Amino acid sequence: MARRSFSVTDLPGFSTVAMMVFAALYAPMVVLVVYSFNQGQSPATWEGFSLDWYRVAWANDEVKNATVNSLIIATCAAILSTALATLAALGTTRRKGFKGQTFIYAMINQPLMVPEIVTAVALLLVTAAIKKSTGYTGLGYLIVAHAAFCIPFAYLPIRARLEGMDLTLETAAADLYASPWQTFRRVTLPLLAPAIFAGAMLAFVTSLDDVVITEFIKSPGQDTLPTYMLGQLRRAMKPDVNAISTALLALTLVLLSLFYLLTRKKD
Amino acid sequence: MIKNQGGTGVGKTSVEARQIAKHFGQGEAIVKALDNVSVEIGQGEFFTLLGPSGCGKTTLLRMIAGFESPTSGQILLDGADITPLPPNRRPVNTVFQSYALFPHLTVAQNIGFGLEMQGRPAAEVKDRVARMLALVKLEPMAGRKTSQLSGGQQQRVALARALAPTPKVLLLDEPLSALDLKLRKEMQIELKRLQTETGITFVFVTHDQEEALTMSDRIAVMSAGHLQQVGTAREIYNNPVNRFVASFIGESNFLPATLEAGKARLKAGGLVEVSGAKGQTGPITVAVRPEQVRIVAAGEPDALPATITNLVYFGTDTHCHVDLADGTEVVARLQSPATGDAGLERGGKVGLRFAPGAAQVLGD
Amino acid sequence: MATLEEEAEVQSRRNAWLLSAPALVVLFAAAAGPLIIVLIYSFLTPATYGNVEWIFSLEGWKGIVFQHDIFSDNLVLADANLVIFWRSVKLSFITTVLTFLVGFPTAWFIATRSPRARALWLFLITIPFWTNLLIRTFAINQIIRNEGVLNTLLLKVGVISEPIRLTYTDTALLIGMVYVYLPLMVLPLFATIDRFDMRLLEAGYDLYANRWQILRRIILPITRPGIIAGSILVFVPCLGAYVTPRILGGGKNMMIGNFIDLQFGQGQNWPLGSALSITLLIIVTIALLAYVRTIGGENRHG
Repeated sequence: MARRSFSVTDLPGFSTVAMMVFAALYAPMVVLVVYSFNQGQSPATWEGFSLDWYRVAWANDEVKNATVNSLIIATCAAILSTALATLAALGTTRRKGFKGQTFIYAMINQPLMVPEIVTAVALLLVTAAIKKSTGYTGLGYLIVAHAAFCIPFAYLPIRARLEGMDLTLETAAADLYASPWQTFRRVTLPLLAPAIFAGAMLAFVTSLDDVVITEFIKSPGQDTLPTYMLGQLRRAMKPDVNAISTALLALTLVLLSLFYLLTRKKD
Repeated sequence: MIKNQGGTGVGKTSVEARQIAKHFGQGEAIVKALDNVSVEIGQGEFFTLLGPSGCGKTTLLRMIAGFESPTSGQILLDGADITPLPPNRRPVNTVFQSYALFPHLTVAQNIGFGLEMQGRPAAEVKDRVARMLALVKLEPMAGRKTSQLSGGQQQRVALARALAPTPKVLLLDEPLSALDLKLRKEMQIELKRLQTETGITFVFVTHDQEEALTMSDRIAVMSAGHLQQVGTAREIYNNPVNRFVASFIGESNFLPATLEAGKARLKAGGLVEVSGAKGQTGPITVAVRPEQVRIVAAGEPDALPATITNLVYFGTDTHCHVDLADGTEVVARLQSPATGDAGLERGGKVGLRFAPGAAQVLGD
Repeated sequence: MATLEEEAEVQSRRNAWLLSAPALVVLFAAAAGPLIIVLIYSFLTPATYGNVEWIFSLEGWKGIVFQHDIFSDNLVLADANLVIFWRSVKLSFITTVLTFLVGFPTAWFIATRSPRARALWLFLITIPFWTNLLIRTFAINQIIRNEGVLNTLLLKVGVISEPIRLTYTDTALLIGMVYVYLPLMVLPLFATIDRFDMRLLEAGYDLYANRWQILRRIILPITRPGIIAGSILVFVPCLGAYVTPRILGGGKNMMIGNFIDLQFGQGQNWPLGSALSITLLIIVTIALLAYVRTIGGENRHG
């Protein structure tokens, strides 16, 4: 009887399940992308290729406004959170355990542990009070809030890089007459740069994806793309949302690919 | 404590470690990585710190570089106390075990790094880098990233980088340990050449006795945070002061004995001429190198009776293991004869003799 | 006199705090600090049009479990609230189990590929992980809703004569949550399986174990930390889910997250919403602490 060769790592049915999982993960997204190019109104029957829904979305001032808001918030939040995360990573890694280290780690990772809805409610209470007393209703609230929950994502690759960095490189720089600042500027920072960019990338994507916190603390007219889409979904299904989703998906994919290129180990 | 024997050998002192101690932990759990070590290293000397891992040799080297500070004691450079200076203010450079080449810089940029940090003019840096590249024969590699180099080439870049600022002392921390045997042999010769050409004091750390013996002007043997013996390769090999030195450098046979009018009365019987005796009384140990042991016919005058227990063939040598009358095992290293087995066989009765001056009384 | 090292250590600790300070300030202002406000608000009196009046009250906390009977004004058990809590816990638990059942084979599959292929499969699992949750919920909804792609397809082929009605059901919500949170299960499982020494399998087979025994007696016990990590990572966000139940559950099949939202929207009962938020936070914290303790225990053994 013919028999497939025995492999110790094979477990019956596992590969089949895995294949079905990947198919199930991607099929809905593929459908979404495909139907964003559909000519008709129906999101379930194909009526021919067109870019109509992209035109509809682009002609919509609300969408334009939301896009601008999303990009401003994500850019500012990414820059702010990455700068803060870089400083924190330089402070916390590569030194012996010290009193308060656990506290700092817990604070940095806190946004990952608290359910988003709870943070959103908490920020709603705080921003409502501040808005009432100061009268300021700008994007500042969203930028600071996004920066806060982006910090753990930006911190992750930077810390990993710092921990993996060969400490003797800095010792060698000091041995070669570099002052501590020169060592940082000429050795540590250039070596850290890819991780800093990678962290900024993750922070940008994270900010771009946020729905719940934004939905709770935005002032009227401050929709971002996700909150705009959430508002649309509450009403009827509209294919232009497919188009916006596809555009966001493409942006995320580009940023993620960049992230992987930056963090990939060079051998 | 072993005093620095025979001065620095070559005139003026370059580096001096004075009563250096390094302790970790406190109270009962205290670990003495270095225990009051004093050593003087002469200008232009190739000085090797030799010992097993954990003996404190790297710690001492890192203190000279300024990466670690001693619990007590001083490091002097050309007579000036440099103990409180940070590494970037010390005119000494290090070749690291892992090379620590900057991966984001080219070969030339790596070599020029120290000069640039010293604020030397660009033209001087360029000129000096070119000279260094020539010195280590890496001119064609100047523009490469260091990750594109072989292990031996990286090693040479590390050397050039450390030599470029013309340090007063070059510190080498097991720089050859990552290379394969053939390359290691080449680099040993290369290092010695560079040291002679530049005239810079080299302080070399290794656990490899052969490396130490072939390159050094003087060797300091270290163990457990103590200096065991300082001297030239010959002194250390021929006149080891104690059992540790005798067994760490080369191999030795150890024979229990007592002193009798300047000669040693072996426990196995027989009276042998010894050197290194310092008027000890009571039981002593005599060390004899295996290649200084001669196998003669049983019953020859002055020969110790022995029985062959094993013969191990090593190509050029054959090791002949014998038991003396009291059961002490002795190894004799014999040149393998071109044909046959020299008539020796397991269980055979033979006589043992030591070459003149070969038997050494150990200090402890 | 302080030695050089002691001084260096003091300075290093000071640097750690100085460098971390800006991040800590932002995190306190916009993440941790506001939670204290929520706690305070949960003990206040609701104002008529949202917001609160600064009068101490336990009504918010009582409101989680009890409600005023409309007719007699007596306190009675708030069935609806308890149903929402129960549904949240039940759905989160089922989602966790389902993601594990399909996630483990997937993680195993990825971890047993060649290094090159593994990187690709791993990238394929991380794309959904980083993709907007809203978009993914939207995508799965397009497939499974009454007039969705699946029903259209099945009707056309003739497998079914009328559409499977899933819209706004717990089943739809369950499918959606499994879809959305699956990568959170696969990634930690992969990390653990990746470290798993495959030679143990050879040893197991050599000692007469069959595949089922290998799985039960070797693989699952050793990958337990990853299984726990994945379960927590799925269970915790499920419990606090807001977007997915809002889209797939409609207005009726609420989970805790939507119920909290309701108190700040139509419900206009901020203290109750705050008390619910703190309750959710406590449940999540207990789950996380249990996880830390389990993992800590595992590490001590190893």
